[in-house]
Amino acid sequence: MFEQSIGKRSKTVKNMVERGAVKKFAEAIGDPHPIFMDDVSYSRNMAPPTFPRVFDYGVIEGLDLPKKGLIHGEQNYHYERPLYVGEEILCYAEVEDYYERSGKSGDMGFLKVKRYGEDLEGQRIFSEEQVVIITEAVRRGMRV
Amino acid sequence: MSPLYGVQPGDKLKAVTLPPVTRLDLIKYAGASGDYNPIHTIDEEAEKAGLPGVIAHGMWTMGNLAKLFTPFYEEGFIQNYSIRFRGMVFLEDVITLHAEVEGKDQETITFNVRAKNQNEEDVIKGQVVFRKTETRIAT
Repeated sequence: MFEQSIGKRSKTVKNMVERGAVKKFAEAIGDPHPIFMDDVSYSRNMAPPTFPRVFDYGVIEGLDLPKKGLIHGEQNYHYERPLYVGEEILCYAEVEDYYERSGKSGDMGFLKVKRYGEDLEGQRIFSEEQVVIITEAVRRGMRV
Repeated sequence: MSPLYGVQPGDKLKAVTLPPVTRLDLIKYAGASGDYNPIHTIDEEAEKAGLPGVIAHGMWTMGNLAKLFTPFYEEGFIQNYSIRFRGMVFLEDVITLHAEVEGKDQETITFNVRAKNQNEEDVIKGQVVFRKTETRIAT
């Protein structure tokens, strides 16, 4: 039911790697290391590898995911270089794939969404791939 | 010389055991990440979703696991971080973080990584590829 979304992408959104947001995020994952937040000992600070969770990637038209019942199956990050505090980055998302498989608990839908972060010159900094599993019960609810 | 220099396949980074998961941990992560799905913070919502209680955000566990590599960020960065979510993490669970060298070449070291609960079950599992860099950012 999401097949028609394959290949659709969002409009690019500019995001800022905010110092306060990085500090709060590093603390929330129990990793308040100076490399993320001490700008006296480090000429520049990095963001934790899973920080891109925080960014706005824009809306993919026509992709209406249910608010409840989704299962996060996989998450993959790829970095060309570290992400630094204070950078402005351009973010967008794209539906990479959707397919259905039969399993123990009925038919499962697998939605693969890719998200990208680029610098202002359009050079790729990171990409991430998220696999979301949509159970049959949830999909049945959506058809009503 | 980098602390990672000289590691061999089979070598392990020092495992880290997290304090028992609290609701406040998950509330903080919800705020820091912007993921306010209530199954991670509100019991009634978790129960409505058929869960015995609130569960941790998978990304909270994935974020925690990466900290095994933070001490090495002056020598390089995580180039690839791939995770499969295998099991749910509940309040009071005690999670231990593990990384073991799978292989290496001139520029990269590949680690098998996992987070286990107190019953020795994998809750997340995957790989980290750490790439060495020359850039120095310490002042």
